[in-house]
Amino acid sequence: MAPSSKAAQAAADGAADGDGAADAAAPIIRVRGLVNRFGRQIVHDGLNLEVRRNEIMGIVGGSGAGKSVLLHSILGLRRPQAGTVEVYGRDIEQLSPAERLAMVRSYGVTFQNGALISSLTVAQNIQLPLRESYSMSEDALDELVQLNLSLVGLAPDAATKYPAQLSGGMVKRAALARALSLEPKLLFLDEPTSGLDPISASDFDALLLYLHGELKLTVVMITHDLDSLFRTCDRVSVIVGGHMVTDTLPGILDNADPWIHEYFHGPRARAAESAVADAHG
Amino acid sequence: MNLLALERDGANWRLELRGDWSLHALGQIDAELKALPGPITGLLTCDWSAVEHPGIGTVWALLTRLAYLGASQLEIRHEGHPPHTVELLRKLNLELCTTHGRRTVALPNHEGAVAGLGRWTVVQAREARGVLGFFGRIASVLGGVFTHPRALRFPSIVRHLHETGVTAIPIVSLIAFLISVVVAYLGAQQLARFGATIFVVDLVTIAVLREMGVLLTAIIVAGRSGSAFAAEIGVMQLNEETDALRAMGLNPIELLVVPRVIALMIALPLLSIVADAMGLAGGGLLSLVQLHIPPAQFVTRLREALSPTTFWAGLVKAPVFALLIGIVGCYRGMQVRESARELGRMTTMAVVQSIFLVILADAFFAVLFEQMDF
Repeated sequence: MAPSSKAAQAAADGAADGDGAADAAAPIIRVRGLVNRFGRQIVHDGLNLEVRRNEIMGIVGGSGAGKSVLLHSILGLRRPQAGTVEVYGRDIEQLSPAERLAMVRSYGVTFQNGALISSLTVAQNIQLPLRESYSMSEDALDELVQLNLSLVGLAPDAATKYPAQLSGGMVKRAALARALSLEPKLLFLDEPTSGLDPISASDFDALLLYLHGELKLTVVMITHDLDSLFRTCDRVSVIVGGHMVTDTLPGILDNADPWIHEYFHGPRARAAESAVADAHG
Repeated sequence: MNLLALERDGANWRLELRGDWSLHALGQIDAELKALPGPITGLLTCDWSAVEHPGIGTVWALLTRLAYLGASQLEIRHEGHPPHTVELLRKLNLELCTTHGRRTVALPNHEGAVAGLGRWTVVQAREARGVLGFFGRIASVLGGVFTHPRALRFPSIVRHLHETGVTAIPIVSLIAFLISVVVAYLGAQQLARFGATIFVVDLVTIAVLREMGVLLTAIIVAGRSGSAFAAEIGVMQLNEETDALRAMGLNPIELLVVPRVIALMIALPLLSIVADAMGLAGGGLLSLVQLHIPPAQFVTRLREALSPTTFWAGLVKAPVFALLIGIVGCYRGMQVRESARELGRMTTMAVVQSIFLVILADAFFAVLFEQMDF
């Protein structure tokens, strides 16, 4: 591990570990004036987003509104046409390759379909980033697999299975276990509950809340699952017409924008809302 | 610097923890934990006051090791700002120890040689039955064509004819030309010792028309199209596209396999003719440049060397080779299940097996033609 990247890691840790009231509201991610275009099609037109420490931020938008493009821009997988992305107060474009690597390793990411490597077992999938980043014994690696599987609530015998042998819910959990293996402070989830049955989806919400509480994670979650949104998110950001509207859940529910109103007051939204209200009441 | 130090404190134990306890240090912490003497019983106090950046994995390693060393007779206390995750991890660790035992990673079971042989035999027998069944399904579709000509999927055949045939012309031509030049060149050197250089024409004609034209073409096509068939159909398998076809009442053999096989059976003989022509051209060119045999004389000699069957003895093999390549490629593609690795494995297998079968069939034809005096 190069000293500079270790320093960046320490800086990231320090920033994430810091406590205090003033600190808690400081944004971990700050996206300013983001512009993304594909040919003539403008996806993001000066989009702003701030994610605060220790919150669960839900990102919502219609199909093709650019949710995944936004995620890729924040992760540095895509270079935007204009705008800046700051993570832990540092512009990701300005980082040296080593610092960038350290930054990427401080994230945990799950993709829509799990994106587990299909030729590796679950255990090997979880160990993959660990092997690349650290030198440790096989025993230690095995123990970390057990730890991460326990964290996401998978039985230890899932370790030796291949992704194709897992159910949809187990794939999502295994992907989360892999995302957690580098002990991130910042977790990005791309539609973590899509394709799950309601029971598994609800279990996943509970798991997310549990991990968020226990590991003090900051979570950015793209989702279409209204139940999940109502249950887990502290704040919600809606992408409408290339711009971002961010508010707390009650604030978003009162928003006057026709699309947002339709999204949160359609028949399915009302059902989800009342179900959550019942559960809390 | 040591990251931990165990001290006796009267009847109790005291574990001083210090330094960087992030995931970076796990390798070192793991080694130091392994060096701890055991068993430890009684009360153990972990002092966290000098620890920086405590991670999750390192705390887990510590708790797992202590649980192992102390069995159930160790009481652990934490002081000096232990990380907030200690409580969670302690609970998880306890659950894991009580419900599942400590080592749960299963070892691969070693089979005896006999069991291995038996397994291999069963796999091969199943494979043979599978291929036979596959061939049968193709044959039944072809049989159905007589009553329902639409089952022949003409547009699809044309597309595959273009992909496997037309686009292969440049590479097939080039390779046939070059190989023929090499054969003529080497042959000329040997024949010159007997003053019989004119027989280079016989050598090139018979070698290219009977064997090399068709065999080279078949091997190139197996590498190009056999692999493409396996990969295309394999990806469709992975995306459940073939299942979707079946669910719509469509027959994937009819839609995917038969057009490819038929297209290949048309394309390969035509490609062989191209290869024959280019091979003869290569021989002719070398004869002219190296041996100073003018083209007119080359053609006259070529006619004398040809027996009526020479050309057909090569060409008649082409559809058979095409059938082998097409069936193996498509069959392997249909066998892809579950993973990207399987796709690669099956594609490789398709190419290797179809080349092997082509050469085997070629040997069979050689003996057959010899016996028939063809």
